[in-house]
Amino acid sequence: MRLTKLTAALAALMLLLLSACSTVKLDEAPPIESRKPGSSSTTDTSQSNTASVPSSSTDTSSSKTDANANANATANDPLNDPSSILAKRSIYFDVDSYAIKDEFNAVIDAHGKYLASRPDRKVLIQGNTDERGGSEYNLALGQKRADAVRRALALKGVPDSQMEAVSFGKEKPKALGSGEEAWKENRRADIAY
Amino acid sequence: MKKYFLQFIVLTVLLSTGLSALAQLKIEVTGVGSDQIPISVAGFADDLPGDQAISAIVRADLARSGMFRLIESNEIIPDNAPLDAAAWKARGADAVVTGSVIKGADGRIEIRYRLRDVTKVSDISQLEIKTQGQFSRTAAHRVADDAFNALTGIRGVFATRIAYVAKAGSEYRLEVTDSDGENQFVAFRSSEPIISPAWSPDGKKLAYVSFDNKKPIVYVQELDTGRRIPVANYKGNNSAPAWSPDGKKLAIALSHEAQTHIHLINADKSDRKQLTKTNGIDTEPCFSPDGQTIYFTSDRGNSPQIYRMSVEGTDVRRVTFRSDYSISPSVSADGRMLAYISGRGKNYQLQLHDLTTGAEKPLSTASHDESPSFAPNSRYIVYSSGKGVLTVVSTDGNTRYNLTTKTSNIREPAWGPFTK
Repeated sequence: MRLTKLTAALAALMLLLLSACSTVKLDEAPPIESRKPGSSSTTDTSQSNTASVPSSSTDTSSSKTDANANANATANDPLNDPSSILAKRSIYFDVDSYAIKDEFNAVIDAHGKYLASRPDRKVLIQGNTDERGGSEYNLALGQKRADAVRRALALKGVPDSQMEAVSFGKEKPKALGSGEEAWKENRRADIAY
Repeated sequence: MKKYFLQFIVLTVLLSTGLSALAQLKIEVTGVGSDQIPISVAGFADDLPGDQAISAIVRADLARSGMFRLIESNEIIPDNAPLDAAAWKARGADAVVTGSVIKGADGRIEIRYRLRDVTKVSDISQLEIKTQGQFSRTAAHRVADDAFNALTGIRGVFATRIAYVAKAGSEYRLEVTDSDGENQFVAFRSSEPIISPAWSPDGKKLAYVSFDNKKPIVYVQELDTGRRIPVANYKGNNSAPAWSPDGKKLAIALSHEAQTHIHLINADKSDRKQLTKTNGIDTEPCFSPDGQTIYFTSDRGNSPQIYRMSVEGTDVRRVTFRSDYSISPSVSADGRMLAYISGRGKNYQLQLHDLTTGAEKPLSTASHDESPSFAPNSRYIVYSSGKGVLTVVSTDGNTRYNLTTKTSNIREPAWGPFTK
């Protein structure tokens, strides 16, 4: 367990170092795939007895496997190229808006083409909101942002089976604090591989 | 309405808490003092030491309710001792709580309590409770519940529990505490957010939303065993659980990759039925006490408002009209009142809506209220009042206090049901 965590941490550190020379902010660095969106079926059987097992342990071990798999494909996978447009994975939204602005068309286009060409790749699209208002309503608003990105990627030919749109609402703010600067940063959807 | 313009009486009760730090509970009572029933809680014979003292717990409970004016008493009056009724009457008390604690050799304790009427020879109420020593606080809350009920005609909620989400450093904890903020325990902890706890009607389980598998999933957890199962883990978001009054079903919000809508599932997750199908968001379901109506938040009319529908998803009606942001409905157990959060300008405030007359009144002048939850006697509401503080307010608006717990940064409260 400890060894697994260490391995995953090292893998994450290597990815961070790889992306450090890009203009992308560090916390936007692509997280290694830690979950397969398609696996969340409606049957729940794989998760029915997690009471005493912190799910982070399962996440960590799957990260390790994925990290190893990634390592083999790293050389020619543009996803791992920090200078590629694919390193941009955040779409920002205006207040009370769920429309994707023109400035993000290129990012959507790049991820759409990449995913359409790589049926083995899956993404979780995570919607976020600023801190104003209630938790549950913001969760639903964040979902609208995630869904807008999902539909835009679908138009680029990405099948639904490769995507899952979810929301963190206001629960996981990237920018802490109150005020328009922080809120702007948090009105966002992230494409997580 | 006149009451709101009358003077403020601020009553500060200091509870000495034995070895732990001195906790200060500030109870704000608005209105005329004569509305409060003057009573005294005498010391109990052979009472437990320090902050475990039964009489001290009863006294604090009754003071916190805002319904009583507590007349100080330093004497110990056993349950079987005669009462000097004339002297108590002269001191202004209408009733006196007296009692004794008998400690058994096996670790059990017995509490004998009598609520005396100073104008009559008879008792107003009395109770004998036998319990294991570790449940002495609950027993004390039951004594307070009995006195509260006997004097006001309203069922007490002191022996109930409140669940909430605490944030300690980078850790999120689902915690459960007694109604006075004591006896807390951690039901679930995670490095990812937890929101929307909801009590099963029998008080034995909590449904809640956990993000610990990278997305919102609804779990149901048994409090005794800690066993938890994901009851809603569909593709997309799973959130906003609400129990049907019979405990057999859960109304939940699912996005299924598109808009968020309300679905009904069995608590054993064996079935699922979609109740709403609009173009907008439908979330935050809340059952009426008869289980026939579901109140919910929807932005089908552009701004988020509270709506109601039948449990079949039919007969949809809009309920709130007074602001352009109305969310988080909580219906009282008697079915008469709806508490919700009303957004006005930059302020989000607790609002009370009379479901019979449609009359409304604000219950707060704060700016960041969230997550109202009714106490099971329909007389109090716990809500998040911003900055990690939970506040309890009476539905008449006259009593307000912050729930003091050992954890400081807390939100998302859910007031548990009555228990036996």
